[in-house]
Amino acid sequence: MAVDTAFNMAPVATPFFFYMLSGIMLIGGILVITRKNPVHSALALITVLLAQAGIYLMLYAPFVAGVQIILYAGGIMVLFLFVIMLVNIDRAAKEKTFNSQWLVGSVAAIALGGLFVAVYIKGNNIFPEHVMPGVADDSNTQNVATLLYGQYMFAFEIASLLLLVAIIGAVVMAKKRI
Amino acid sequence: MGHDLMGQIVQYIQSYLSSDQTPGAAGNMFWVLVYILAVFVGLSIAVIAMNWLERKILAHMQVRLGPMRVGPHGLLQPIADAIKLLLKEDIIPAEADVAIFWVAPFMVVLAAFIVFIVVPFGPTHAVTDMNIGILFMLGVSSLSVLGIVMAGWASNSHYPLIGALRSSAQMVSYEVAMGLAVVSAIVMTSLNASGTGTLSMIGIVQAQQEQGVWFIFKFFPLGLIAFFIFAVAMVAETNRAPFDLAEAESELTAGFHTEYSGFRWSLFFLAEYSAMIAVSSIAVTLWLGGWLRPFPNLLSGSTWDLIFSLFPGVTFLFLAAMCFFNAVRMPKHPFFRIQTIGLAGFGVVLGLIGLVMLVPAVRIRVQDIFWFSAKVAAFMYLYIWYRGTFPRYRFDQLMQMGWKVLLPMGLGVLILTATAGLWPLIQHSIWHP
Amino acid sequence: MLHITTLHYLVLGAALLLLGVIGVLTRRNVVVVLMSIELILNAVNLNLVAFSHYWQGMPVHLGGGSLALHGQVFAIFVITDAAAEAAVGLGILIAFFRNKETVNIDEVHLLKW
Repeated sequence: MAVDTAFNMAPVATPFFFYMLSGIMLIGGILVITRKNPVHSALALITVLLAQAGIYLMLYAPFVAGVQIILYAGGIMVLFLFVIMLVNIDRAAKEKTFNSQWLVGSVAAIALGGLFVAVYIKGNNIFPEHVMPGVADDSNTQNVATLLYGQYMFAFEIASLLLLVAIIGAVVMAKKRI
Repeated sequence: MGHDLMGQIVQYIQSYLSSDQTPGAAGNMFWVLVYILAVFVGLSIAVIAMNWLERKILAHMQVRLGPMRVGPHGLLQPIADAIKLLLKEDIIPAEADVAIFWVAPFMVVLAAFIVFIVVPFGPTHAVTDMNIGILFMLGVSSLSVLGIVMAGWASNSHYPLIGALRSSAQMVSYEVAMGLAVVSAIVMTSLNASGTGTLSMIGIVQAQQEQGVWFIFKFFPLGLIAFFIFAVAMVAETNRAPFDLAEAESELTAGFHTEYSGFRWSLFFLAEYSAMIAVSSIAVTLWLGGWLRPFPNLLSGSTWDLIFSLFPGVTFLFLAAMCFFNAVRMPKHPFFRIQTIGLAGFGVVLGLIGLVMLVPAVRIRVQDIFWFSAKVAAFMYLYIWYRGTFPRYRFDQLMQMGWKVLLPMGLGVLILTATAGLWPLIQHSIWHP
Repeated sequence: MLHITTLHYLVLGAALLLLGVIGVLTRRNVVVVLMSIELILNAVNLNLVAFSHYWQGMPVHLGGGSLALHGQVFAIFVITDAAAEAAVGLGILIAFFRNKETVNIDEVHLLKW
């Protein structure tokens, strides 16, 4: 029994990990939208984001997975938790969970879901049923960097400008006195 | 059929020993579990030793003795503390959010322990070698901020909340400076023959080995400044002195872990020391050459290799000699008889370990792990030294230093490092446009 | 069901999007609405990265190959924009909270006719 490399062992373990991670994501998503306490929702969202990073690793995108953990789970969620702590008041805890237009909202969401199901039924066999290719080299970060600093350099600069504007905007809006 | 299964298992176990990869890269689950267990046990022993060392070294710096009663020279004090913490009553505040109160310490411990998957103790002595190793370490260590925020919130009390907000604001601010210093070290890994850098921890040390210089000395003083920025940011990141305003007893009655007692508090304590060891491992890997022995160029050659390879065994024999020396100096009172015997026994154990490490077959394998651990231990001593020496920073001074001093320094070092690395290309394109 | 194809990832992304849309349309707390928007953005990212993986298996002359990581680059940009938007949105929330002392989205009706 020769010992296979981790790459060759992947197709055996992949369905288990996919279903486990997607189960975590769906349960976490349901918890986000139904919990009364916003801190519990934030905790569920952190779980969703970490499971998403796992799915990115399964899709052979390690750099995006690393960026997701650092930025989303370690940055944006900290921001959310800070703001929840700043604006959480006792009155909010006694409010109802769903807003006054929940019926219309649910109908619209069900319509969207129906649209998705129709698209699935019509377009089910667009993708050929082959096992997804695995790219087992180490150069994912390098290839992403080649694209990012080559073809998408302009978008990169605009994104950094956007972040600068967002920082200034957030600071100005949260200040007590300009 | 049973005999065949045994043979297959033995062959599976032995097939890893002849490969030159980490167990994760080789896909060998048995050795992955062995390495994880070894890292876990080693980390626990390191945290226990750190507890004792901190109290003794801090005491000696303050001209007092520290714990002396519990074992010989207080050696059993951490174990006594652990037993006390396990037996304490588990108190949860009345209005606390129980779910989050439970989850918060586990989140911090998880973030502190998972980091050790990629820490390289040697060229094949890591649990696995991810090709985004340093990115993974930075990302997972930023998850501990979430645990701290949740701990402060769940306690439903003023001091923990303020302590948690201050602590997490400090950690997030110094993460930026840490990231910039790390990026300038990664830039240096790309200055090799193939022009491609690497994010994997083992690859970074191998880049230092190829380029023949530790990154702290490269492009002097740029490597040194980047190392200094990281060294300051990592002390602030782990909430240790002089940046420990959030958990200072005189200011905030222990900050975010005020309401935690007993076993939960020991989880926070464990996570704090593990995080200290983790960021020290990052610093050692990125700037101090990881598992490489000192002076590879200046003192090269096979005799110097032999001398340096005797260091692990000699260190343990020295520690054993110190134990015997102190055992002889114990008071000659029947009350101290057990302690003297205990200390002498400890010395015998250390001496045996030292003698085992002098055997050539063990020497080659243990050398990398020893040098890595010695460098991390030096960082731990520096942590304790800072705690005994520096006064505490005020919170606004702390934030000011993080944003107004370290961040511009980090950006400057990054730009200058990139320029220095590309200097031959720039020079060539200036003179031959 | 045992071979995981691109379709599995797309269905997962659509389900997450649906959950996010329900959260945006029916929740009362503004912070939870913003978190549901983050769920929607994550679903979009999942689609992008799944398609990027699909294209990596296509032949190079059709635009595929191992360097066809456009979906992953787009996903990185989406994460960056999500950070900027979350920061600005939460800033607006804090400014609003300072004026009205509530995070109830039913009370954000100053511009209503």
